This record gives sequence, structure tokens and C-alpha cells, in this order.
Amino acid sequence: MGAFGPLRNPANMFTALVLVIFAITPILAPALDESFYVIVFARIMVWGIAAVSLNLIMGYGGLISFGHAVYLGIGGYTVGILAFHGVTSAWIQWPLAIGVSGLVALVFGAISLRTKGVYFIMITLALAQMIFFLSVSAERYGSDDGLNVLARSDLGVSFFSLNNKTDMYYTIFAFLLASVFVSWKLVNSRFGTTIRAAKSNDTRVQSIGVATYRYRLTAFVIAGIMCGIAGLLQANLEGFVSPDMMNWQRSGELIFMVVLGGMSTLFGPVTGAFVFLMLSEVLAGWTIHWHIIFGPFLVLVVIFARGGIAGLLTRRADRD
Amino acid sequence: MDYVLLTEQLLNGFQLGIILFLMAAGLTLVFGIMDLVNLAHGSMFMIGAFVGGTIALMTGSFVLGVILMVPSMLVIGVVVEMTALRTLYPRDHLDQVLATFGLILFFNEATRLIWGPEGLVVPLPAYLDGIVSLGLGITYPVYRIFIIVTGLLVAFGLYLLVGKTKIGMLIRAGASNRTMAGALGVNIPKLFSIVFGIGAVLAGLAGLIITPITQAAIGMGEDVLILAFVVIVIGGIGSIRGAFIASIVTGVIDTLGRSFLDVVLLLFLPANAAESAGPAVSSMLIYILMAAILFFRPQGLFPPKGAG
Repeated sequence: MGAFGPLRNPANMFTALVLVIFAITPILAPALDESFYVIVFARIMVWGIAAVSLNLIMGYGGLISFGHAVYLGIGGYTVGILAFHGVTSAWIQWPLAIGVSGLVALVFGAISLRTKGVYFIMITLALAQMIFFLSVSAERYGSDDGLNVLARSDLGVSFFSLNNKTDMYYTIFAFLLASVFVSWKLVNSRFGTTIRAAKSNDTRVQSIGVATYRYRLTAFVIAGIMCGIAGLLQANLEGFVSPDMMNWQRSGELIFMVVLGGMSTLFGPVTGAFVFLMLSEVLAGWTIHWHIIFGPFLVLVVIFARGGIAGLLTRRADRD
Repeated sequence: MDYVLLTEQLLNGFQLGIILFLMAAGLTLVFGIMDLVNLAHGSMFMIGAFVGGTIALMTGSFVLGVILMVPSMLVIGVVVEMTALRTLYPRDHLDQVLATFGLILFFNEATRLIWGPEGLVVPLPAYLDGIVSLGLGITYPVYRIFIIVTGLLVAFGLYLLVGKTKIGMLIRAGASNRTMAGALGVNIPKLFSIVFGIGAVLAGLAGLIITPITQAAIGMGEDVLILAFVVIVIGGIGSIRGAFIASIVTGVIDTLGRSFLDVVLLLFLPANAAESAGPAVSSMLIYILMAAILFFRPQGLFPPKGAG
């Protein structure tokens, strides 16, 4: 499926609609006296970045990582811990967050990519749990209770600051667009073609002389870094980091966002995050027992709506 | 580090290993035979604890709770298999992970609705609530010995069931070649239901017998589930023997790590560093072990014969 297909395609129209909503919310929401939505959408976009990064390896590479939320935690904790020690400059924090996420992804990828299929699912889950328990046992940084991020990352310029709600919002928006752009460039490059080919037939790609392990590891590291960026944004947005950021359920939710929106589609993960979080918001406002509806909904989506929202809308278009 | 404490912690580790084995046995059977990744196995652990615990509280007999839990979990397991999981067998692992993730959310919330958010406290019967002397100055709670003995009996029973009976033969046939077994007239869907039911009973038993120590809580199965995943990955998916050995090793290493690692670290780290690194490293220990084993043997220690 072409990445930027014709706009008549309902899936693309839905994407465009979501993007327009994201773009104008900080202007529109206060005017409608619904400022609350600015933070809701900022949250959704952060998850969108994380979902885009997971889609890179899961959708295009066929690597089902069940521990992807760990990079949210790593990016977030890097910012939180540095701020705790008085280092607030974004120019130190962010490269470090990127470096640490990349390094962890390199080590975890190197181990887990030696395995396949369900072993891969379980080992990524277990490695993520390891970091989760590390954060739980880190008493100095709040253990279970988490850590307040004492100051937002300081960009060192006078005209733009993450302490300003609108500036924060558009920073996240910019990163979201950048993540989609990067994944578009990657997927359509020679590198991306190799990754996708290895997904459909690993043995064949290897037998024509391509070391797929290295390609996959590179993709794994890129996805880890991208998700680490989502984590550092989340830490700044919420002003708080906790082990819960990398709870295994968060990884499950990330997978669901990607599947819900449409795997291996460029914007699918973003629309997936949007629908997932809006639906949670609505259901949670309705009853505190919203999981009792949400759980079966998940099962039904898996059983009946293959291809997610993008798949549904595209199929509809094909029929018309 | 004296030998009394060491023996106690070894037994504790063994007991954790037994609980892990009860979880892992069902998980590895379901995976080995049906090729199904079942996250909802952790829910069976929880439901077993709540259902068995409620029966125990109502009848006033813990043993009766354990006995009546068996048919209850068998029914619940078979119903879950027939209503929700059956459609997932032909699906890929991703779909299975997601759908069973959805089931976890559902079961957790259903449990919260039925039993309330506080969980359930199940007291020990008086005759199991005591401490017994094992000689050489070592004492150990009777109930933990009860857990270990129960687990060993179940493991032995499972070995007999899978290795020596007709149904066990069918299970092994289904595990090594599902299509061929089906072609030879084995009723595969029925076999799957039975295996899933057995797995649910084992998980429920694990949840129930740990409840007097920990109490029954929403989501109690999830941490155990992840440990059980580690166990079956180390042991080799589909292998009951591998699951048993890996469970005991994991249980013992985890427990000993938590109690003695800071002492060991003291040998080469300054006191305050050892004190803060101890809990952190010990909570990561089994995952490091798993990563190391998978690095050298990606199929686990005891991959079943004829698999793959």
C-alpha cells in the first residue's frame, strides 16, 4: 500500500482529520472552553510516537516486541534522574536519553533477535520486566512511587520553553510528524525493503546473501531510540516518571494501538493511539469498571477487524 | 551466612519453584500442543485462588476448597477454551497475545466486580499452621512443606498422566504432529479442551495454595505468569521435564539472590553500594540467567524431541 495514497481513500482522510485536529487543538480548545483536551491530545501524540516506533519493527519487520514500553521508561527516567541531580539542559538530557535508549535497545536486540517467534515475544517481555524491577528497587529514585521530574528540560532559548503549555504541545506535535517522516523514509529505503523482505521470508533473504540479523538489530535500535524520545517527552509532559510507564501492560497497550490503527501502515499507529486513548477516556468516564467492556472489545477487534481501522476503511473503499 | 538460614531459603526457593512449575506445566502444554500463547493463564491462577478461597471460607475447610476447586477450574477452563480461545488457534502469535491480553483485562475486572477490590484473605487451617523441626536446629513452616509435597505429587501425577496413560499418549501425539494425529482419528478439538482444562486446574491449584501465604488479589497471576514464561523459555517450550527443572532452578536462584546477594556483593563492593545494588541486581538475576541461557541455547535447555 502506498504510504501517501490518494486522499479519497477513507483511511487517509481519517488520518488527515486526526492530524488537523492535533494541529488546531491548542487554538480551538481554549476557544471552546475545553482546554483539558490540549493535555489529552498531547498525551495521545506521545503514545502515537511510541506506537509509530513499535510499528517500525512489528508492522514492517514482523518482530513482535512485548517489551517496547521499556524505552518509554528509559527515556523518561533519564530525564527524571538528570533533573533530580540538577542537570536540566535539554542539550545534555536529550542526547543522553537517546544514547541510553539506543544502547539498551542494542543489548536487548542483540540477545532477543537470536530467537524467533514466541521465544522473541517472551524474551522481550522478560528483558523489559528486568528494567521494570530495576526501577522498582531504585529507592533513591522513588521506587514504586515514581519520581517527580523537578524541572522541565531547558532548551536554553528565551522565546520557546517547555514550561509553556502551547510550546510543549507543538514540540510533541513536531516530534510526532518527525517520527512518521522518519519511518516513511526508512520503510521506503533500501534498508526498509530488506526489513520487509526478511519479514515475509527470512531464509530466502539470507540465502541471497543479506545478513538480516544486522538489519533487524539496526531497526530494533532505531525503534528503541524513537520510543525513548517519546519517553523523554512524556516525562516532560507529565512532570513525573514511575515504573508504571514500563509496566508490561503498557507494552500490551502499545501493541494494541498499532494493531487497532493498522499494522504496517504509516499513520495507522497514530490513529490507533488516538482511538484507543479516546475510547479509554470515554469508557472510563462512563464506569470505573470500563475494562470489562474494553477487554472483550480487544478480543473482538482481534477476531473480526483484521488490519485495524486502516484495514476496515480501505476494504470499505475497495467495495464502493 | 549460616547453614540454618541457607537451608530455609533453599526450601523457600524450592517452594517458589513448585508454584512456578504448576503454572509453567499448563502453559508449556498449551503452547507445545496447541501452539497458543495464552496470557490468560495468569487469570486462571487468580480465579483458582478466588473460587477455591471462597469455597474454603464458605465450607470452613481449606482442603474441601482445594478439592472443589478442581472441577470448578476444569469447567471454567473448558468454557474459556471453547468460547474464546478456539477461534485463535489458526491465528498468528500476535493475535493470540492481544486477544488473551484482552481476556486478562476482562477477568481482572470481573473479579473486581464479584469480589470487590480488596481481595480475599484465606486463613490457614490450624493443623497446617505451625512450625516443624527438621533437625540440626532447622525449623520450617508446615504449610510450606505441604505446598512442596503437593507440588511434587502433582508433578509425579502429571508425569504418569503424560507418560503412561492413553490420554497422555494422545497429548504427546498431538504435540509432535497435530495434523497426523487428527488424520489418525484423534478428536483434536476435544483433546485441546481437555489439555486446556488440565492447565487451568494446575494454575488454579498454584494460585489457591499460595493464597494463605499471600492472600488473593486482583492481577495476582500476572507476575507469576511472566516468571512462568521465563521458566518455559529456559526449559524449552513444550517440555514438562524442562519446565520442572527450570522452575526449581529459577525459584531457588531468585530466592537465594534476594536473601544473600547483598552479602556476596559485600565481598567486593563498599557497604553502602552493596546495600543499594543488592536488591536491584537480585530482582534482575533470573532475567539475566534467562538471557544468558538463550544466548547460548536459543531453543532452551530441554527442547522436546521432534519439535521444531
